[in-house]
Amino acid sequence: MKSETIAAISTAQGEGGIGVIRISGEDALEVADKIFKNVNGKHITDMKGYTAAFGKVVCDGEAIDEAVALVFRAPHSYTGENVVELSCHGGIFITRRVLRAVLSAGASLAQAGEFTKRAFLNGKIDLTEAEAVMDIIGAKSKSAARAALCVKEGALRKKIDGVKNDLLSLAAHLSAWADYPEEDIAEVTDDMIFDVCEKAEKTLQKLLDSYDSGQAVKQGIDTVIAGRPNVGKSTLMNLLSGYEKSIVTDIPGTTRDIVEDTVLVGDVILRLSDTAGLRNTDDLVEKIGVDRAKKRLENCGLLLAVFDNSRELDDDDKELIRACGDVPSIAVINKTDLEQKLDINYISSNINNIVYISAANGEGRDELTKAVEKIAGTENFSPNEGILSNERQRVAVENALASVREADYALKSGMTFDAVTVSLEDAVSELLELTGEKTSDEVIDRVFHNFCVGK
Amino acid sequence: MNYFAGEYDVAVIGAGHAGIEAALASARLGCKTAVFTINMDAVGNCPCNPSIGGTAKGHLVREIDALGGEMGKTADECFLQSRMLNRGKGPAVHSLRAQIDRRKYSDTMKHKLELQENLELRQAEITDIKKTDGGYLLTTRMLAEFLCKTVIIATGTYLGGRIFVGEVSYESGPDGIFPATALGQSLKDLGLPLRRFKTGTPARVLRRSIDFSELEVQKGDEPPQPFSYETENMGENKVECHISWTNDKTKQIILENIHRSPLYAGKIEGVGPRYCPSFEDKIMRFKDKPRHQLFIEPCGLNTEEMYLQGMSSSLPEEVQLKFYRTIKGLEHCVIMRPAYAIEYDCVDPLAMNPTLEFKNFEGLYGAGQFNGSSGYEEAAAQGLVAGINAAFKVQGKKPLVLSRSNSYIGTLIDDLVTKGANEPYRMMTSRSEYRLVLRQDNADERLTPIGHEIGLISDERYKKFLNKQELKKQEIKRLKETVISPSKEVNDILVSRETSEINTGVHLIDLLKRPQLDYKALAPIDIHRPDLDPNIFEQVEVEIKYEGYISKQLKQVEQMKKLENKSLPNNFDYSEINGLRLEAREKLNKIQPLNIGQASRISGVSPADVSVLLIWLAQNKNR
Repeated sequence: MKSETIAAISTAQGEGGIGVIRISGEDALEVADKIFKNVNGKHITDMKGYTAAFGKVVCDGEAIDEAVALVFRAPHSYTGENVVELSCHGGIFITRRVLRAVLSAGASLAQAGEFTKRAFLNGKIDLTEAEAVMDIIGAKSKSAARAALCVKEGALRKKIDGVKNDLLSLAAHLSAWADYPEEDIAEVTDDMIFDVCEKAEKTLQKLLDSYDSGQAVKQGIDTVIAGRPNVGKSTLMNLLSGYEKSIVTDIPGTTRDIVEDTVLVGDVILRLSDTAGLRNTDDLVEKIGVDRAKKRLENCGLLLAVFDNSRELDDDDKELIRACGDVPSIAVINKTDLEQKLDINYISSNINNIVYISAANGEGRDELTKAVEKIAGTENFSPNEGILSNERQRVAVENALASVREADYALKSGMTFDAVTVSLEDAVSELLELTGEKTSDEVIDRVFHNFCVGK
Repeated sequence: MNYFAGEYDVAVIGAGHAGIEAALASARLGCKTAVFTINMDAVGNCPCNPSIGGTAKGHLVREIDALGGEMGKTADECFLQSRMLNRGKGPAVHSLRAQIDRRKYSDTMKHKLELQENLELRQAEITDIKKTDGGYLLTTRMLAEFLCKTVIIATGTYLGGRIFVGEVSYESGPDGIFPATALGQSLKDLGLPLRRFKTGTPARVLRRSIDFSELEVQKGDEPPQPFSYETENMGENKVECHISWTNDKTKQIILENIHRSPLYAGKIEGVGPRYCPSFEDKIMRFKDKPRHQLFIEPCGLNTEEMYLQGMSSSLPEEVQLKFYRTIKGLEHCVIMRPAYAIEYDCVDPLAMNPTLEFKNFEGLYGAGQFNGSSGYEEAAAQGLVAGINAAFKVQGKKPLVLSRSNSYIGTLIDDLVTKGANEPYRMMTSRSEYRLVLRQDNADERLTPIGHEIGLISDERYKKFLNKQELKKQEIKRLKETVISPSKEVNDILVSRETSEINTGVHLIDLLKRPQLDYKALAPIDIHRPDLDPNIFEQVEVEIKYEGYISKQLKQVEQMKKLENKSLPNNFDYSEINGLRLEAREKLNKIQPLNIGQASRISGVSPADVSVLLIWLAQNKNR
């Protein structure tokens, strides 16, 4: 059995420099050859291992970028399989377009840690390193899960949920109708299926059309600044934005609302919101602010968690640290000019990125910029929720659309409902994967919920 | 005083649908087998519907037959009316169902057990089970002790059975038979995780008291189709069923009396299914539905008892009579047996391997309702697998594990032991991801070679099967080679079927591929068609028409097989593996999957966890 050919961007994504798209698998050379036009006319499939060629990456007859193709032949490569590495110009927009061309040429998007996994399974990595490999996969799957739209709210999730629900209800209706033929369940008509398919096709197609790999980053990352009261959130915001917007006082709880601002941090645009402090309170007005902040925190693209260097961690801080596990985050340690009482070890064992600032003195801005750029360059990073923003999301939506079309086509060509149902269920499971839910019993759960069936 | 009464290779506790298949399989495989029943007249009893099969259940019966089980044959011998459900909805969901004569079914099964070599059928209530060095010691109510190498628990709804009818409640098995009152405690003491489930059944009413004159009649298919690939002569349909509907008045009576339902009064602690176990549940959960359908089915040829399918209830007897009498045709009905709900002990199936052997108790197996399933067919399917595996255990052979990709039986057992059961588990076609491959028409193709290898399918039957496969192959070849030339006769048929005309010669197979055409439609122009078993034509047609879907599902099957071939160790502590998420470690420790494929289906085990397991396996293999 052939190993599937996989591809991914294997350099950090960000403006400038070089971006590398790695393709690995038995057909890696064939896949690369479809989209790479060598200046001297020689095909990649005719190249020897450890050789390079200069040429253009072409998609649909249009040149996307100039690139250098490095060819590795099995077993002499990182993964032990045939590998082509395309080094093109850096930047999110170009690298993602090249990746997309590679995927449309027949490669599948690599799973979290898959290159490393293959390297290991092909004996390229020493056994003693196996533990490290497992850790890498564990860590990478966290960011992949994040990109899988685990967030419960947000515009994109709502769109996807809408389509998913329609398809799920239809699949459940078809199942109930087939599994309980004597239960007086309304007959499913062709028109009902066509209607649902048409609506789903429209929404999914619109989402795909709106996909522009650079778009999301250009629009900015939904960023939340959070921390317990009076820790220096407003000061940090002001440091980033350059002018005073929030009311800054020394009385805890003065910032009760979310303030929006857009700032450029290095290459990355952040859409900032300063939140009320996360603390339990009896003040009704403040409570509304706190609840809203919590919600905002669950759905943001980047969390800047602010801690006070001069105070010990309290329960509110710890709750914030827990929240940092669910979204890309940076721990910002403020007031480094004061004596340290904060348990930095506790923070660093829970949050990977830590920067030290003294917001009052304006120190630490460069450090913060670097950390933001690093996070924005992560492969699975999903900066905001309104549109498809990474390749994994795009592939899932495209597959779901293909399955809906298959159902539609099956019905039009006169196939029976059992075949139509199978395609509909495929579409549902693609969308469930996108939203990070487990697929197994959704349809059956829906049957028991929606239909009166029994003994 | 206890006395020593004998030794067995395999002991089966319970002679219901699970126990019967288990005992027959083990005895036929050469093991000295005993099957214990609380009441000799309750062997193979059908305490609920007088029918076998139905959606997905019909698939199970065909599969049991293809493996060499007994349910299909006995159902054919006792059938009263047979119907193929879901015609027109596609071959994946075609399901055979037969009304049966329930007393005849019970007698026939009992007689088959009595005649079976290596098998002893005994009336005895098992009250105690103890682990011994080489197996288990069973004690009966009469204080007889049996030493058994392996034991299969198939206690159905008898274990700790309690019946509820309105305010009335008492310890009982189904149909007024004694329950098993002592064994539950003994199993708990042994360490099995027991819990309470519940189910129910409608009343039986006197045929003479029903007015059939205005009811819709439901007849059987002509000719009726058998379940068993071995049944050659089915004979005629013998009875009719009738359909009626509930109405506003029925609903009114339920609503007025709902407080008298033991479930709604909070008296039942057992977990019922999310599908409606009783008519009052239907009313309460779907308040807007104006009427509900019911089927009036005869229980046999020598009885006037009629079963009211869809009318299960645990309301008081007087309320039952009141609401039944609001239904057209039942205005003067006389109840012979009241409807009841029954609560019983069953086990958490996560404690079992896919062989149906308990993980922590070698040689101890569970089957049927005891494992948390519901339905005769689901029970029989598990009984067959448990019986085979208990026998193989005694004989030192490798156990049988059917897969999701070769059968509904495999799907059923995998669901139970991988996902667990939070309610009585009922088979549905929707539960199979490979349902275009797992059809009722090709059960023999999928499983008869396995049945032969196990030793439950005779050489003679296997030879017949191989011959059928050869004929099928030849028929496909013939379709590929036969060219149909355009002619008025041909094109008239095509036009009448709303499909495009041909103007050059076309292979027969390409015409058959068109959804609008079938064997029947092509008969006038397919003049050299051989005279074959109708089942061959059925299989060929489906395979041709659904080729694209079938090959897609077969590809998925292959991918899953690769994962299923990677075995995981027994009784392993997964918290030792770094990189697994906490939830995955906990679930893996509890379920102890046999292989990576099963692990990947556990909720809470992500694709990344599967990758980690693969790497860990590779690491350990090389050591």
